[in-house]
Amino acid sequence: MSRLAAVVGIGQTEYRSARKDVSMGGLVNEAARRALEDAGLGWDDIDAVVIGKAPDMFEGVLMPELYLADALGAVGKPMLRVHTAGSVGGSTAVVAATHVTSGTFDRILTVTFEKQSESNAMWALSIPRPFSMHLNAGAGGHFAPHIREYMRRSGAPAHVGPMVAVKDRKNALKNPLAHLQIPDISLEMVMESPMLWDPIRFLESCPSSDGACALVISSEELATKGPNKPAWIRGMAMRSETMTCKGRDEVNPLAGSECAKDVYAQAGIGNPRKEVDMAEVYVPFSWYEPMWLENLGFADEGEGWKLTEAGETEIGGSIPFNCSGGVLSTNAIGASGMIRFAESAMQVRGTAGEHQVEGAKMAVGHAYGASAQFFAMWAVSSEKP
Amino acid sequence: MRDVAIVNYKQTPATRDSLATNELQMLQSVIQGVIKESGVELSDMDFVCSGSCDYLAGAAFAFVEAIEAVGPFPPIKESHVEMDGAWALYEAVLKIRTGEADSALIYGFGKSSPGDLRSVLSLQLDPYYLAPLWLDTISAAALQAAQCLDKGVLSEADMAAVVSRSRANAKSVAGTQLSGDYSIEELLAEPTFVSPLRMHDCAPITDGASVMIIATPEKARQWCDTPVVISGLDNRIESSMPTLRDLTVSRSTETAGKAAGVGSKPVEFAELHAPFSHQEILLQKALGLDASVDINPSGGALAANTMMAAGLDRIGHAAKMIQSGRYTRGVAHATSGSCLQHNLVAVLEAVS
Amino acid sequence: MAEKKDPNAERVNIMYAPVNLDYRFTASDHTSRFLESIRNGQFIGSQVSEGAPVYVPPRPVCPETGLPAERLVELPDTGKVHWYTIVHIPIPDNPIKPPFVVANILLDGADITFLHLISGCDNDDIDIGMRVKAVWKPEAERTHSPANIHFFAPIDKADALAEELAKEA
Repeated sequence: MSRLAAVVGIGQTEYRSARKDVSMGGLVNEAARRALEDAGLGWDDIDAVVIGKAPDMFEGVLMPELYLADALGAVGKPMLRVHTAGSVGGSTAVVAATHVTSGTFDRILTVTFEKQSESNAMWALSIPRPFSMHLNAGAGGHFAPHIREYMRRSGAPAHVGPMVAVKDRKNALKNPLAHLQIPDISLEMVMESPMLWDPIRFLESCPSSDGACALVISSEELATKGPNKPAWIRGMAMRSETMTCKGRDEVNPLAGSECAKDVYAQAGIGNPRKEVDMAEVYVPFSWYEPMWLENLGFADEGEGWKLTEAGETEIGGSIPFNCSGGVLSTNAIGASGMIRFAESAMQVRGTAGEHQVEGAKMAVGHAYGASAQFFAMWAVSSEKP
Repeated sequence: MRDVAIVNYKQTPATRDSLATNELQMLQSVIQGVIKESGVELSDMDFVCSGSCDYLAGAAFAFVEAIEAVGPFPPIKESHVEMDGAWALYEAVLKIRTGEADSALIYGFGKSSPGDLRSVLSLQLDPYYLAPLWLDTISAAALQAAQCLDKGVLSEADMAAVVSRSRANAKSVAGTQLSGDYSIEELLAEPTFVSPLRMHDCAPITDGASVMIIATPEKARQWCDTPVVISGLDNRIESSMPTLRDLTVSRSTETAGKAAGVGSKPVEFAELHAPFSHQEILLQKALGLDASVDINPSGGALAANTMMAAGLDRIGHAAKMIQSGRYTRGVAHATSGSCLQHNLVAVLEAVS
Repeated sequence: MAEKKDPNAERVNIMYAPVNLDYRFTASDHTSRFLESIRNGQFIGSQVSEGAPVYVPPRPVCPETGLPAERLVELPDTGKVHWYTIVHIPIPDNPIKPPFVVANILLDGADITFLHLISGCDNDDIDIGMRVKAVWKPEAERTHSPANIHFFAPIDKADALAEELAKEA
């Protein structure tokens, strides 16, 4: 019953640790203009605007859709602001696409951003909550125990995490927009970088980036009218689960695997390992690659690390993960999920440049948030169903 | 596009300070209440969408704990907007229109009492030009009211009349915050608070939570005798710069009202989310509502104004009034931002 | 006439606009009871009904059912290391010096874990499943805070460590 929709325009800013040359409005405007240009459209062609970002406290602007309405050409139009923790970039794309698949609108602009240099996200995440112990020293402290547990369960050797860190940084060298550019990256360099939260080393963690990502999503009828190839949205889903309860598994969360199964069912994907040509998956700490390989059904439980170790997740492997360099190379928090969604669409449009997977027809984009409890995912294809 | 109908709605009793009762507890009680009253289970809800604001609680990700009130294990299909619950309703309506869900539970909540709401909301303004000036919400609204008075769009007596009616209407609403009989003369005799606004021209600060169940009309009829169809729904935003707008009109409300089809059939009543008395008059004009239309039979936001829920409350109260048989067609409205920057309009109709 | 300045010559790249907001937090009923309880050296948890999962610190709502978890139960100060990490970076404004061990601790009788410190043994000797016990501050030093517990330690060493720390203080 739901209408078809496609990504017809993609715009990303350069990702840097501090974009001092633009305001927040300037940053989102830059991504939006690039997406419109890619789609061959002007501001007037857009029916509604959907924005997403991580907590307002990261920049200290409350409900930033209000301030950004002008910069995004939204004045006089419907506007929505999504916030689902770290998965927000992905869920914003899903909610924006729903504006079209619901039959309500024909062409939507959606933008996500983070300008971490204008505030301090680490601080915003570490405000001591009264009446509770304040111990985890940032996101890494929260996720490191889950990673250790994954290593124990799977018996994965210690070098698998560093291998992911090297692969993603090598991919970033093929993506001029990526924040971290480390030309001489090597396994030794990663292994020798300081340990932060055992087993997470400095170079196995994501950076803190400024940047914005924008998409233009249009209806089936309008999708083929643009100058560039559309990326057809073949399936999309969101799932949430509680932070803690008896029976919840933070290492292999049910919400993640159910979200993936829903997307594959919609897209007619029976065997993701064979039928998905590449995946842009939210990997803020290296070990999440093997963990998500399993959680998303690309490998059986306990086997994900073997794909990484065998080089199957490299460009040219059987299931390339994060050809753009991933979150490990660029983490503009609120945008990070949408960058995954955008990069997957670029791959099936054949516009990923040097980090293109040759002949990619079906790709997935993925994001997760909070204590690995909020998930958003989509599958895009060069082929219309 | 598929139609969407309101099945049920419930809110916590409005209170200035819910004290030791936290957001999760307020939500828990009102969600269990609406579920029991409707004879449904949480697992019957195909989709959950909520609206809230981190800054009210003074902590990032304040909404994360709140989802526990809907029992999110095993996992659920769920989303959140950092906006009034009325926009969570908007997202849920889109979801039902896709056919991917036949029902949805929507909630909005806000515990404003821990902080200084006037200052917190200053951070909604342009972060470079306006927010550093700490122009607070009441002062911004006062500037707007002053412009309206100067231009002769409305008078102080008109504003007092709005308050007088709100307080009187609120008497019939259980659990509201401000109600009673006040004459226009009495109100005008009160001192000004932030000129030209008097204290009673400003909505109270309220802690609370609200929840709504919506569904396709077919499903809604299984769950209640009197579903209320949302026959029109639209939202529009305006410039963030107050100097770029004519603050004596509400253009975005006008556009949203037309797109939602407000004027296509007679309107009997309207629930307008006006946190300040003069704004109710601007909204009434923008929606083309004449003197025959009952405005804010619930008392509106001047009677109780839970941040992040007061817009959803207008839609909920309107649905309840249609369900009671008092009206058959009405308009509900939600606002966000300074001086009516962002507005949502819903048209609600009884199923004939 | 004043000298003309090139408007592009001095660009403002950063402005400082400090945000100071005061909040008056209120502990919920469950949190108050918990803080009162750990002041007395006793853990409590909550559950919907007898036999239902036990949440510690007590949660007001059961995340599986959405029902109020109003029944409070006392729990021992012993449990096991569920998961852990060795933290090598400092916590802002915290006197604990790295490297230190943060663990998800599952108290005996509880169904969810909470984060606390592990000490009293070599960091390399800590393992998943290790039995631990709370090392409490002396009664006179306790306040309404989870910091009443210095850390958790291997179960056979905890009491001796508590005495030792009390002497040092």
